[in-house]
Amino acid sequence: MKRINTPLTKIEIERLNVGERVLLSGIIYTARDQAHKRLIEAINKNKKIPIDLKGQIIYYCGPTVTPRGRAIGSCGPTTSSRMDEFTPALLKKGILAMIGKGRRSRQAIRAIKRYQAVYFLTYAGCGALLSKYVKKNEPVAYQDLGPEAIYKLEVKDFPLIVGIDTKGRSIYD
Amino acid sequence: MKIVTADKIRNAVAELCIRANLVLRKDVLSGLKATYSRETKRRAKDILRAIINNAYIARKEKLAICQDTGLPVVFLEIGQEVKITGDLRRAINKGVEGGYRRGYLRNSIISNPLFRGRPGYSPAVIHTEIVRGNRLKITVLPKGFGCENKTQLKMFNPTAKISEIEKFIVDLVESAGPDACPPYIVGVGIGGTADYACFLAKRALLKRVARRTLHVARRIGKLEQELLRKINKLNIGPMGLGGKATCLGVNIETYPTHIAGLPVAVNISCHALRSATKTL
Repeated sequence: MKRINTPLTKIEIERLNVGERVLLSGIIYTARDQAHKRLIEAINKNKKIPIDLKGQIIYYCGPTVTPRGRAIGSCGPTTSSRMDEFTPALLKKGILAMIGKGRRSRQAIRAIKRYQAVYFLTYAGCGALLSKYVKKNEPVAYQDLGPEAIYKLEVKDFPLIVGIDTKGRSIYD
Repeated sequence: MKIVTADKIRNAVAELCIRANLVLRKDVLSGLKATYSRETKRRAKDILRAIINNAYIARKEKLAICQDTGLPVVFLEIGQEVKITGDLRRAINKGVEGGYRRGYLRNSIISNPLFRGRPGYSPAVIHTEIVRGNRLKITVLPKGFGCENKTQLKMFNPTAKISEIEKFIVDLVESAGPDACPPYIVGVGIGGTADYACFLAKRALLKRVARRTLHVARRIGKLEQELLRKINKLNIGPMGLGGKATCLGVNIETYPTHIAGLPVAVNISCHALRSATKTL
């Protein structure tokens, strides 16, 4: 199986093909509904956003509370399509990849192709299993949102499937 | 007359919240294993293995099966000879809060649906039924919202054919596709009023999945099997990436209804169908 590390390069991403299984190591950022809404509001108002999105990977995830003595609690993906409307603006800001579950809108797929990004799937409903691949976890923005805050995760061999590649090919088509 | 204190209810609810979220129901786990052995596609098998493995890890390491620890739906069957001392509603919500905190579960409840706000642990949605006897049966069903978002209600004409109802249910599962985390368990409520059909669809999820014996009403049992067969032909599969394992079971609950109507509600559960029950 192919192993990739962050920061991802454009060349590495171009080589990923839809349906391919990949293990990812490095840094990813969680963000889901409310974090997306806030990021987009800030971007639209030309305000500074709390993290530099350039070259980053966004994971659609709201983890449970972290149990004592662990890096993170259960932390599987949430439904990606709810983030579709925000995706083009974040791609424009330079994100290179997203991790989630399920289909994306046609508009989101077009934007992924246009910005030469990639959309990964990971095991849906397997938050306990996925927590094993997370080594570090710290909240970095919007902490008042609780599970919907942005968390910076350090992952090792996090299992992914390429859902949409840079050519705009979707695994669901 | 039997006296049950609010404290006892609070403790039971807390325990049930933790158990439901950490220990996958036996019937669901065996349903997953059976579907794993039937599945032929490699990718589908690989995902099912991860799902089963996830349940073992959750149980062993005391982690939530899914990070979406749901909106806790609490079903109470209160025997008419039971006397509850103290504040019942408060006891339930305190139990939920205590259990969710103690189990390191997720605070997914916002106090206002329109204006949102900071997420917390409660309140639960509570369904109360008064039944015969002197027992109090409590069931906690933490319902994840990936699948809850796919719920539908349709008020059919009373002259509708069974095949139209089947089509409504199968089409709904098809449109849910990968989004609600297949393989699914499909709860169906037929009859009553609009609200009651929705309640029945939810309560149907508490029934055993993939029962070997047919529904007590044979015709309903056959309908369940027929729906399961049709849904598993949709080739949605685990994560919606194709395969036979689209649905582990269809559970139908019915209730008498009005001459002018035929309400049908469908409530899908993801593969992590969680619930736990205790009788006091």
